[in-house]
Amino acid sequence: MSIWEYANPVRFMRLSDRVLPWLAALSAILMLVALVWGFFFTPDDYRQGSTVKIIFIHVPSAMIAINAWVMMLIASLIWLVRRHHVSALAAKAAAPVGAVMTMIALVTGAVWGEPMWGTWWAWDPRLTSFLILFLFYLGYIALWAAIDNPDTAADLTSVLAIVGSVFAVLSRYAALIWNQGLHQGASLSMDRAEHVADVFYYPLVTAIIAFILLFVTLVILRTRTEIRARRLRALLAREARE
Amino acid sequence: MNAIELAPYRDAAPLEVRDLACRRGERLILEGVSFTVSPGRALILRAPNGAGKTTLLRAIARLTPPVRGTVSLSPERMTWFGHADGVKAQLTVAENLRFWAAVHGMQDITPALEAFRLADLADRPAAYLSAGQRRRLGLARLLVARRPVWLLDEPTVSLDAATVATFAGVVGAHLAAGGLALIATHIPLGLAEEDVLDVTPFRARESAEHAHDPFLDAGFATARDGREEVSR
Amino acid sequence: MMALLRRDLALALRSGGGFGLSLAFFLIVVVFVPFGVGPDTGVLARIAPGVLWIAALLSCLLSLDRIFQLDWEDGSLDALALAPLPLEGVVAMKALAHWLTTGLPLTVIAPLLGVLLNLPGAAAPWIFLSLLVGTPALSLLGAFGAALTVGIRRGGLLLSLLVMPLYIPTLIFGALTASRAGDGLDFFTPFALLGGVTLLAAALIPFAAAAAIRINLR
Repeated sequence: MSIWEYANPVRFMRLSDRVLPWLAALSAILMLVALVWGFFFTPDDYRQGSTVKIIFIHVPSAMIAINAWVMMLIASLIWLVRRHHVSALAAKAAAPVGAVMTMIALVTGAVWGEPMWGTWWAWDPRLTSFLILFLFYLGYIALWAAIDNPDTAADLTSVLAIVGSVFAVLSRYAALIWNQGLHQGASLSMDRAEHVADVFYYPLVTAIIAFILLFVTLVILRTRTEIRARRLRALLAREARE
Repeated sequence: MNAIELAPYRDAAPLEVRDLACRRGERLILEGVSFTVSPGRALILRAPNGAGKTTLLRAIARLTPPVRGTVSLSPERMTWFGHADGVKAQLTVAENLRFWAAVHGMQDITPALEAFRLADLADRPAAYLSAGQRRRLGLARLLVARRPVWLLDEPTVSLDAATVATFAGVVGAHLAAGGLALIATHIPLGLAEEDVLDVTPFRARESAEHAHDPFLDAGFATARDGREEVSR
Repeated sequence: MMALLRRDLALALRSGGGFGLSLAFFLIVVVFVPFGVGPDTGVLARIAPGVLWIAALLSCLLSLDRIFQLDWEDGSLDALALAPLPLEGVVAMKALAHWLTTGLPLTVIAPLLGVLLNLPGAAAPWIFLSLLVGTPALSLLGAFGAALTVGIRRGGLLLSLLVMPLYIPTLIFGALTASRAGDGLDFFTPFALLGGVTLLAAALIPFAAAAAIRINLR
């Protein structure tokens, strides 16, 4: 059986109905483990003190913020090419989650920045990029909300996601040239020498997995809601005709 | 009514529509629409409002891609005239027409002006036209486009009897030149070469609508999720 | 194609308010800035390039919804979709007409308004050139936003929300070119990138906007 079969709303509803409770439970447990481990069982950083522990929220939410957009882009492309409704609705469902994750990354960043850099906000390229990303999310969500016909909305938001991705990447590099920043280098890297110490590394990876699971859970949940809304719409339209 | 003559269209070909299914918004409206219109004939589409006349015309023009089925001629041989007439109030009558002529690679707009009795108004800004004159200007676009297939959606709205006769004369000349026309209208044009097609029988069956819309799938009712329907 | 350009220019000029309105808006925003930040010529000179760029960008937004809205409402867009012109060409011509009636006049007047803001002499030619190179991207991206929102009644505000994030690279590179030129620093990199963004928009946007129009016509 091909994976595309799950693009049928009914099949998706059946499968997600079974998977969702497990996903939700797993992400809750993992989130609890990661945060307790990160907050209470890691040492203070020799320079940053206990404030460093905000990375267990800041870094995963920032990663999800970017990857949610990538997921929306891929889902949009699948919709444009293969016309699978679930794909379009999943992109719609992911947008508010991505926007909130961007918000969390920005707020935790500000909370972390105040004691470290002495300021809540700086027009650093990374911070700026996230703010720009947030604007893109807002536009995308607003376009979905403004169009009445769901298929037209799916098509137009998909086109916006493609063009938006190009210009979001451009904005990122524009911000780099515009202002070299305060932000520290990446917390994680393929190169072991560069990233954070092991004591932080393992709980951080756990937190990231927990956030990914949380994201998947929320997107599936919201996709189910969107499918139900579409079903309701179709049923009401049918009733109006009879 | 002064008789007008149009140069014959080259390579006239019949318009064959086979098993066309078309949608409006998310809904499947029509299915199994099949007919042939030969050059020199006009097909009048009759049906109550909302039955899908406009939908069918837009599908044939590929403005709304059909869900299924084939149309033998490409949209490059068609002109569209809908409820809105595309007249710009800020331009004069001649400028309006000259624009559409240029878009279609034509030069001479005089025959079109004369056919619709607009020659005297050529330099008047379209803002100062009466509703009927404005409508005539919109229709004159059909003549400068020089396309053998006319798709007309309610072309006679807000025309008086004399203008309807003028328009019928133009359509007659178009047909005589080897063109063909699909006309959705309630008002009889009294053309000699017209056939009538009632669109109502092609209304999509419920089962076809369900097959078209995955959100009407009966599977929802049997999915563990479909409680709302089991209880109904 | 030329006929379409001529028609759109004639419509913009005759409908009164086409480019006069954006120019007046540009003037008002520039006049407002000293009222807001104070008359200190040193401060004004420092922010002048950025202010001129932001004001030009906002003025550009005003007339975007007209690019397709009127043709959509009166059915011209349906007829154009069946006409022998490719829809991509229609988009490009309409963006060009918008630029000629908005971006170009703003570009010409910007160095003059720079006097009000005590714009450094060295920056004046580069305000002109950066706007000349950058504003076509504003019209193109605006045409894309207009194509997306053409089917939405009162979509003007949404149009601005969609288009403004897309304007960020152009704004950054444009303002940076002018301000670095004013400070006597190297401005070639941002200037070249500004041109690059415009070329990218010219290559990409007609296709994206035409796709959006086709979707909206369905």
